[in-house]
Amino acid sequence: MSRLAQAFARARSQDRAAFVAYLCAGDPDFDTSLAACRALLASGVDILELGVPFSDPLADGLTNQLAAQRALESGMTAARVFELVRRLRETSDAPIIFYTYYNLVFSGGVDAYVRAAKGAGADGLLTLDLPPEEAGEVVTACRTHGLDTVFIIAPTTPESRIPVITAAASGFIYYVSREGVTGVQDRVAGNIPEAVARIRRHTALPVAVGFGLSSRAQVAQVAAYADGVVVGSALVNIIREHLGERANISAALAARAADLSAGVGRGVPA
Amino acid sequence: MPAATATGIDRFSLPDAGGHFGRYGGVFVPETLMTALQELGTAYDLARQDPGFQAELRHHLKEFAGRPTQLYFAERLTEHCGGARIYLKREDLLHTGAHKINNALGQALLARRMGKKRVIAETGAGQHGVATAAVCAKFGFECVVYMGAVDMERQALNVFRMRLMGAEVRGVEAGQKTLKEAINEAMRDWVTNVRSTHYILGSALGAHPYPMMVRDFHRVIGQETKEQILAREGRLPDEMVACVGGGSNAMGFFFDFLEDTSVRLTGVEAGGRGITRGDHAARFEGGKLGVLQGCKTYILQNSDGQIELTHSVSAGLDYAAIGPEHAFYRDQKRINYAYACDDEVMEAFQTCSRLEGIIPALESTHALVYGLKRAKEMRKDEILLINLSGRGDKDVQQVAKILGVKL
Repeated sequence: MSRLAQAFARARSQDRAAFVAYLCAGDPDFDTSLAACRALLASGVDILELGVPFSDPLADGLTNQLAAQRALESGMTAARVFELVRRLRETSDAPIIFYTYYNLVFSGGVDAYVRAAKGAGADGLLTLDLPPEEAGEVVTACRTHGLDTVFIIAPTTPESRIPVITAAASGFIYYVSREGVTGVQDRVAGNIPEAVARIRRHTALPVAVGFGLSSRAQVAQVAAYADGVVVGSALVNIIREHLGERANISAALAARAADLSAGVGRGVPA
Repeated sequence: MPAATATGIDRFSLPDAGGHFGRYGGVFVPETLMTALQELGTAYDLARQDPGFQAELRHHLKEFAGRPTQLYFAERLTEHCGGARIYLKREDLLHTGAHKINNALGQALLARRMGKKRVIAETGAGQHGVATAAVCAKFGFECVVYMGAVDMERQALNVFRMRLMGAEVRGVEAGQKTLKEAINEAMRDWVTNVRSTHYILGSALGAHPYPMMVRDFHRVIGQETKEQILAREGRLPDEMVACVGGGSNAMGFFFDFLEDTSVRLTGVEAGGRGITRGDHAARFEGGKLGVLQGCKTYILQNSDGQIELTHSVSAGLDYAAIGPEHAFYRDQKRINYAYACDDEVMEAFQTCSRLEGIIPALESTHALVYGLKRAKEMRKDEILLINLSGRGDKDVQQVAKILGVKL
């Protein structure tokens, strides 16, 4: 069983949703980022979604754009991202997936990239600008080297398209809970439960929901019907708020993650 | 119909249903946009087969944009070079000042058919933004144009023109604050407002169906040119030259000549301050295959796949990727590529202004630089056509600044 499958199975056995946390690799610098990721994993995060900083993150809102910019300016490279995963693997067995853009995977050769990611200890790829129609090479390389391929389903995805996506996906399906780029939002859209139910008609894969969740109450609301809850910008904002006091980032993140992840239990009032 | 180029490729067979020109092109966008792109492709397929749509487009191209444009014999440039007979295709005479209006009109009519109320666009030099603002005013769309903050400064006049026509111009402060960042921001807007909004992408770039659709809307340039040169000279030209940023004016100019293999076709990229990293925007000089903003093509990038900084004196060519169809025809050796540097552009800008009384856009001047060089090498009985894709009114402030002239 893959680490991702194990993480979802464990959460299910505890009657809760898996808590998926996003941070950008190397934000704001390698050492702080390593400590921040370790703090998150120690605080009970089930799955770490590691953003690979890209110069042109067109699916990301301002929070994640700035995080990527900080990471790149601090000297993050593909090799340093792999190094970060290797270092995280020294202390954690939690699944780590790359949240990335296709040019970073494609540029030096898809197979070589996937092999290197696997070698570093990564568990999967979520490539934001790679629809399943173009993903053949990535899916083949990931199957060969044993990485999961996570794909997004959006509110604009018609039901007829869902099987095309689930056929290429493994690990889990990521349902984005709004039309738009990443970033914190005040309210959870009302139609998510139906959307998740529609996806479940086509796949047995776990369905995680994210894009803009920022409070324990929102996490609880989504955890009631999703297998996983993704929190990103709310955590990245913690880093941004603590840029002048980097030594405090880990503790602040762990506290925020613990607060948010308290919402993943089912039947527990938020 | 003779359908094959020298290389045996049917130009109408490309792109394939997935938007591929051989190994280039395709659809590389977030899932939220996939359905919108498929709907756009379907709507465009229906529109282009609809004689009513085509007639309406022809009507507006004539009445609003001012087509056909002249194919003008540049007598003094010809004399100056002492070689080939030089003709200029006068896209600079179109309403709003550049070829961009051809595509803006086509896509606006399409947006109206699709029932969209809101239009967004990106712009580099501002010419596409101005064209989009104009058609939005004409057809009553709400209009938002994204423009890099650096470009807003060097093309301040165009910013004001867009605002006069009712468009909201949003400055983009990310990255190097030019065309690439404007496209990122326009795509973010589209991801967020996809149901109400049509994105009028302004170059032969991005995800399918844009490269095909934008090319098709600009084919009129080459179609007119062919008729005009045959009427005037009784034969095809020996060489045709156009500047290439994303490559829309060049693709439109060249497309109806792809099968005429006696006609040499040359696209001219921006060499900026010279071909060193970060100083230019010549994708075929140091770029490599990659994926940016929707399509697979040649891209200026580092070894990790991070997109590199670019530079050109002309905002419209200052972009890290080239249209996928260009990459394809370069591989086929059907279109040649060259580049022109900023200093050569400044010189040709003044030469054309002084000798012909025509002030060219800095973008189009890249084609002039190469064209004037080539004309000198060619015989007097040969014919060279240059696509003067836009006029230089927008550039005069910047040129004055570079020349140290206080206005």
